[in-house]
Amino acid sequence: MSSIDRRRWLALSGAAVVGTGLATQSAGQQMVKPAERAVSPRERIRERHLPNFTLTTHEGKQVKFYDDLVKDKIVVINMMYAQCQGVCTPITANLLRVHKLLGPRVGKDIFFYSITIAPEKDTPKALRHYAEMHKIKPGSGWLFLTGKPDEIETLRRKLGFVDPDPVVDRDKSNHIGNVRFGNEPRMLWAAHPGLARASAIASAIAGLSDDREEPPDAGGKGGR
Amino acid sequence: MAKISKTRQKELRAARKNRQEIAAAGLSRRELFKMGLITSAGYLIPKRGLSARALSSAGYRDGCEESPPTTPFLEPLPTHTNGGMVLNTTVGSFGECFPPPVAPCPSPREGRRAPHQALARFPPQKLYEVHQRRTLKSVHPQLPLQPLWGFGRAIDPPDVAWVPGPTYREDYNVPVLVRNFNELPANNDGFGRNQVTTHQHNGHTPSESDGFPCDYYNSGKFYDQHYPNVLAGFDSTHPPTGDINESMSTLWYHDHRVDFTAQNTYKGLAGFYLLFNQFDTGNEESGFRLPSFPEFDIPLMLTDRVFDRETKLLCFDLFELDGILGDKFLVNGKIQPFFNVQPRRYRFRILDAGPSRFYQLFLTNLQNLNAQNGFWQISNDGNLLPRPIPVTSLKLGVAERADIIVDFSQYAGQTLYLENRLIQDDGRGPRNELFPPGQGNLIMKIVVAPGVAPDLSAHPSTQAFYALPSTADPPRVTRVFRFDRTNGQWAINNRLMDPTCEEVRFRVLRGRVGVPSVEHWILQNNSGGWSHPIHIHFEEFQILERNGVPIPDNSVEKSRKDVVRLGPNETVKLFFRFRDFGGRYPMHCHNTVHEDHAMMLRFDIVDQGADTIREP
Repeated sequence: MSSIDRRRWLALSGAAVVGTGLATQSAGQQMVKPAERAVSPRERIRERHLPNFTLTTHEGKQVKFYDDLVKDKIVVINMMYAQCQGVCTPITANLLRVHKLLGPRVGKDIFFYSITIAPEKDTPKALRHYAEMHKIKPGSGWLFLTGKPDEIETLRRKLGFVDPDPVVDRDKSNHIGNVRFGNEPRMLWAAHPGLARASAIASAIAGLSDDREEPPDAGGKGGR
Repeated sequence: MAKISKTRQKELRAARKNRQEIAAAGLSRRELFKMGLITSAGYLIPKRGLSARALSSAGYRDGCEESPPTTPFLEPLPTHTNGGMVLNTTVGSFGECFPPPVAPCPSPREGRRAPHQALARFPPQKLYEVHQRRTLKSVHPQLPLQPLWGFGRAIDPPDVAWVPGPTYREDYNVPVLVRNFNELPANNDGFGRNQVTTHQHNGHTPSESDGFPCDYYNSGKFYDQHYPNVLAGFDSTHPPTGDINESMSTLWYHDHRVDFTAQNTYKGLAGFYLLFNQFDTGNEESGFRLPSFPEFDIPLMLTDRVFDRETKLLCFDLFELDGILGDKFLVNGKIQPFFNVQPRRYRFRILDAGPSRFYQLFLTNLQNLNAQNGFWQISNDGNLLPRPIPVTSLKLGVAERADIIVDFSQYAGQTLYLENRLIQDDGRGPRNELFPPGQGNLIMKIVVAPGVAPDLSAHPSTQAFYALPSTADPPRVTRVFRFDRTNGQWAINNRLMDPTCEEVRFRVLRGRVGVPSVEHWILQNNSGGWSHPIHIHFEEFQILERNGVPIPDNSVEKSRKDVVRLGPNETVKLFFRFRDFGGRYPMHCHNTVHEDHAMMLRFDIVDQGADTIREP
């Protein structure tokens, strides 16, 4: 920025702010307080992170991300791509173990979503093949999702599958390691490594719905 | 639609932020001129340093936006003589389950699952109650009341809680038992989990009272935490009272609920725990003659936060895995307060309470930016150094503490600012670069009264504290821990953390009388451009080497510590002596966002024989 001249900076700043204008605002003077917008925290999370994009499932159905997939549900979200040679396959396999551990709750109040990070290549058909390869049955509460590339990119960022280093961020393999899960109405959101022990991920997901949930190691090996 | 380049977008946003911040700072024309922000003709100069909440390097931000502007230095610093609370109310009895038993109570409200290790040996002489609750709290007069979570005392009404939590002011050899009630609501106002486990950072405390991340309990329950306040070595190297050179001074406590520590501490669940003894007495007329508590002994809890531009309420980046930087700097729960001091010596106990920011703090005089305003660092991570060390700045990573002595008699009549000049753009860690003086983050305004003031505290140049315990004993074992990042996941020695804490990664030997338990731990940061403040529970360590070089005698790192800053590609070698108590403890990154994304492992301290069980 040091090479910017004054005229350019003033143009950038959009207004010729000069010192005299600022100096009148001394410490202690109350600034004009704009009215706060009455919006619930849940609504704010939706606005920031859960856009209502239209996605296509591996079963070929059009769905709205917020309205149909996330609202009022416990969700488990990861990113993958069908041609992935690396960690996607073991993570999908691990999530399948999580899926089994959660049992009949999946499809009822808990839903799994795997969003492709390569929407240009991953047609619903390609995703269906990927799901079939992993023996994920239709109606099992687990959807593989694709959509418009720019919207998928926005969704990726809004769900935090990003890296602060732009070079690292361009490498897709850096966004597939984590699994996000949340209870949308309770505003509880967390994440685990996708290759963490399946029982650990499952108990953390189950624990999002129920305050009676206690840590799994109820034996408490602390003292002796 | 015309496309604006990313660089241009960044410039536009930077310019807007600059305007907001300059306006918010309410600085005088003379101050702006002095800071180099304004030309003699009265024009503003563009400046990057004012915004503490940069966009990510990739040029976007999808979580909380920049905070609304607030006028700085409107409100006084909360201290223990001004609104801050000392946990000064012991209770005579608890309603149920009394006297507090060794085994967990057969009550549906009991949250504890393990028996106390040392309740009989160190019977509590003080009983406290704390109640974790939602409360509405002002952080700044231009922002609405904030729904926060804090700690209430037994005598407080049910909607009152303190944020920061009340300060424990305790003495060595006076054991304490706290019944810690979880009364947090299910409605979290947007973030936070109403299950808790309060970590006492970094007491010599049995595992079941330490606040292990997976010892969390539900709302409606209580948990008895027993703090023996005993010196390390009482049952091993220095029976029966422990090693005086292991004395600790500035501890703190905070929630540690696995996966939700960042959210719960961001919401307010943290406070100070101060320990005194016959040397560090809290009275400047006795012992080491350090400035008296509470008038001249001032804890400063530094936190950085973001507030929603529209609702003006505290905003937490729920989907940020790398670390969260705030653009509002709070001290003891208030945004940019001021503090009026007398022209004499003060002890400040400074804590970086996170979630992710590193600091390098200076005392800046905006009227004389070239002045090097020195002070004395007397502790590292709350442990008094062998002797005070004169410094001109103070580096802190998350969870690190430092006690400093500032002699304001040399600054009588001046206005100083506690200024963070360390440049940090994102959760990866700081750049190795400073803002010019006056262009960093002005955290607190310090107004020094003119004239002279009485001062009975000792001059730091004349003081000596505790000798460092010897590190000469050979290690029983040397362990190597490599911190990596793989596909966006944190790994330690190529293994991921078990987020339920069930997996014991390794076992260390519990030193007892005649049982040596020295270990060397080598921590390597292989995670690319990331910095990590690594915290190891329970036992203080000493850094033997940083990047292969022994720590020099005049370094503030020549000390006992419990958090080590591990910069990009750095390696440190630590000396440990595990002893006295046993049980499960974690090692983790104290960037609480990294911690919540599984940058943690569990180790157990066990007796001889048990340590030979499967060891990876």
